[in-house]
Amino acid sequence: MAKTETLTINMGPQHPSTHGVLQVILELDGEVVVKATPHIGYLHRGVEKLAENKTYHQCITLVDRLDYLAGMSNNFSYVLAVEKLLDIEVPKRAQYIRIIMAELQRIASHLIWLGTHAHDIGAMTPLFYTFRERDEITFLFEMVCGARLTPSYFRIGGLASDLPDGFVSKATELMKLFPAKVDDYETLLTKNPIWMQRTKEVGILSAEDAVNLGASGPMIRGSNVPWDIRRSNPYSSYEDFNFIVPTGENGDCYDRYQVRIEEMRQSAEIVLQALERLPKGDINVYAPKVMLPPKEEVYTDIAALIHHFKIVSGGFNPPVGEVYSSVEAPKGELGFYIVSDGTNKPYRLRIRPPSFVNLESLPTMVEGSLIADVIAVIGSIDIVLGEVDR
Amino acid sequence: MLEVVITIGIMLVKMVIVLSVVMLMVAYVTLMERRVLGRMQVRHGPNRVGWQGLLQPIADGTKLFFKEELTVDKANKGLYHLAPVIYMGCALAIYAVIPFGNEIEVLGRVIPLHIADINIGILYVFALSSLGVYGLVLAGWSSNNKYSMLGGLRAAAQMISYELPLGLSIIGVLMLTGSLSMVDIVNAQEHVWFVFLQPFGFLLYLICAFAEVGRTPFDLVECDNEIVAGYQTEYSSMKFAIFYLGEYMHIIAVSAIAVTLFWGGWRGPFLPPVVWFIGKVLAFVFFFIWVRATYPRFRYDQLMRFGWKVLLPLTLLNIVVTALVTLII
Repeated sequence: MAKTETLTINMGPQHPSTHGVLQVILELDGEVVVKATPHIGYLHRGVEKLAENKTYHQCITLVDRLDYLAGMSNNFSYVLAVEKLLDIEVPKRAQYIRIIMAELQRIASHLIWLGTHAHDIGAMTPLFYTFRERDEITFLFEMVCGARLTPSYFRIGGLASDLPDGFVSKATELMKLFPAKVDDYETLLTKNPIWMQRTKEVGILSAEDAVNLGASGPMIRGSNVPWDIRRSNPYSSYEDFNFIVPTGENGDCYDRYQVRIEEMRQSAEIVLQALERLPKGDINVYAPKVMLPPKEEVYTDIAALIHHFKIVSGGFNPPVGEVYSSVEAPKGELGFYIVSDGTNKPYRLRIRPPSFVNLESLPTMVEGSLIADVIAVIGSIDIVLGEVDR
Repeated sequence: MLEVVITIGIMLVKMVIVLSVVMLMVAYVTLMERRVLGRMQVRHGPNRVGWQGLLQPIADGTKLFFKEELTVDKANKGLYHLAPVIYMGCALAIYAVIPFGNEIEVLGRVIPLHIADINIGILYVFALSSLGVYGLVLAGWSSNNKYSMLGGLRAAAQMISYELPLGLSIIGVLMLTGSLSMVDIVNAQEHVWFVFLQPFGFLLYLICAFAEVGRTPFDLVECDNEIVAGYQTEYSSMKFAIFYLGEYMHIIAVSAIAVTLFWGGWRGPFLPPVVWFIGKVLAFVFFFIWVRATYPRFRYDQLMRFGWKVLLPLTLLNIVVTALVTLII
């Protein structure tokens, strides 16, 4: 009698559609996946350890590079955690600007997800359209802070600078046009029978599994669990805005696709609301122990110069304690757990990256399906390896 | 004696012309694909080498020619080298029976514009097109690479599934013509093109043709997002280029067959027949590119199900309906 064996293939770390350096060892029976084992660590840079040797301000540049497609959201989560440790609250204007940036970043991140996910499934054209719109958003980021990918725009206690002239009108114009662009992407995909065949009933994650595996973001909302930190634990004045938290029904790739598409529309809506109601006033909280003094004073006043020197060289000393704070990043719950021993550097900075936790559900979703589904599922998890490996 | 020499001479000249025109078309279809895709995807495509990128195919060819020839350790050397040859050879041989124009008169001699008019033309085309699959399967199998093997297996399964409906989809045309010869088929379309008599046959042929040449949405054989590059993963330099050229030759070949069987071949008003023929073929190539820019790809099992459960019954139905209608009329 003929003997049959499973075929073990090594997908990644150098593979066109593992979105970076993810390695998945697949055991195949024909084209059916018997077992999938993700291996991570190829992009490990020791961010958490590096942070222990940097002052709190310096860590901002590190967190930019976690999920490098959503630098603003990483900034957001980190500064909120430190502000919680210091027990300060930034002015309304800063809160609103932070929300504008975070929501623009969510759109940018989802656009890349849509382009690459569609490309993985064989539709190559949406990629170019989504990058066109994403570029417009990165231009806006460039306007406010000079950087496109690694903004370092948020500061503990406020922002690096106020919005430049012309930003509000430009952003409003872009966000008003944006829903029509989303309609364009949907024309290519949503009702396309091949797209539906490839994503419906593929990579199903039940609500129970999603909760047990700690999934968050569009992953858990696709499985019909309306868990959104912006809604459940509002931070930075999210309670001021009207938006819908979209959910899916079956937890398959198609539901996650629709959740993210709707999230883009909702984010555009939030940005418009925030731009319209943008309060006037300071962008920085008054906290001289933490914040740099204004630049004009540094140039003219010796006390301010000394103060500036002290903050830049030594940072500030927060009280002893532990905090956890999280935000709804584009990929899910991004949390920072900070242990402070009273010195100017964090004793321990633990990051809860959404991609890493969401990736844990990969074997559950792909075992028993086909090799082509593995690609679709990896795409629909929306991982960024910089964040998975840290 | 002289007569034989002249006849053979004419044949050779025609072969050389067809070969060079096909090669040239293949080269420029690759450019066309990249430029048209670029247009559809809000980007430019290659436009730097020569005017509007017209020298790009030559630059690409030269580059590939000078690339290092790699052969995988433990590859089955003979088959590994043979596979691209089979693939391209089969694609090229199809052109032998395609009539690309009417007759022309040179020095009082009537020269028909096709290399050979064999009375089993269509069978010959499909036989060669099926043989071409061996190129892919052998390439996948001999490369000693798991991804290649998956690609080769997919190729085998896909071609077998689509060979049948492809063959059956044109039976309607054969019933109307009563001949397998390509020249006869074109002549039978003097008054009305078969696409109007056999619209379903044409649609089915078109779908199968996409699967046969492995283009989006049926490009599972070499789908780079899943199995790296499928059967051609381990090929480099000119061997890779030959696969690449073979693929485009196949695309042009199936387009030419579609034109011959359904769109009246070289027939058309005002312009010379050869221009009509090439124009129609290019329109089909454009359609192939357009579809590539629009659709996602099928999954392996969906592809098989579609072939056996949808296309095959439909082609059979088409034959039955055609037969009934012909009988009644």
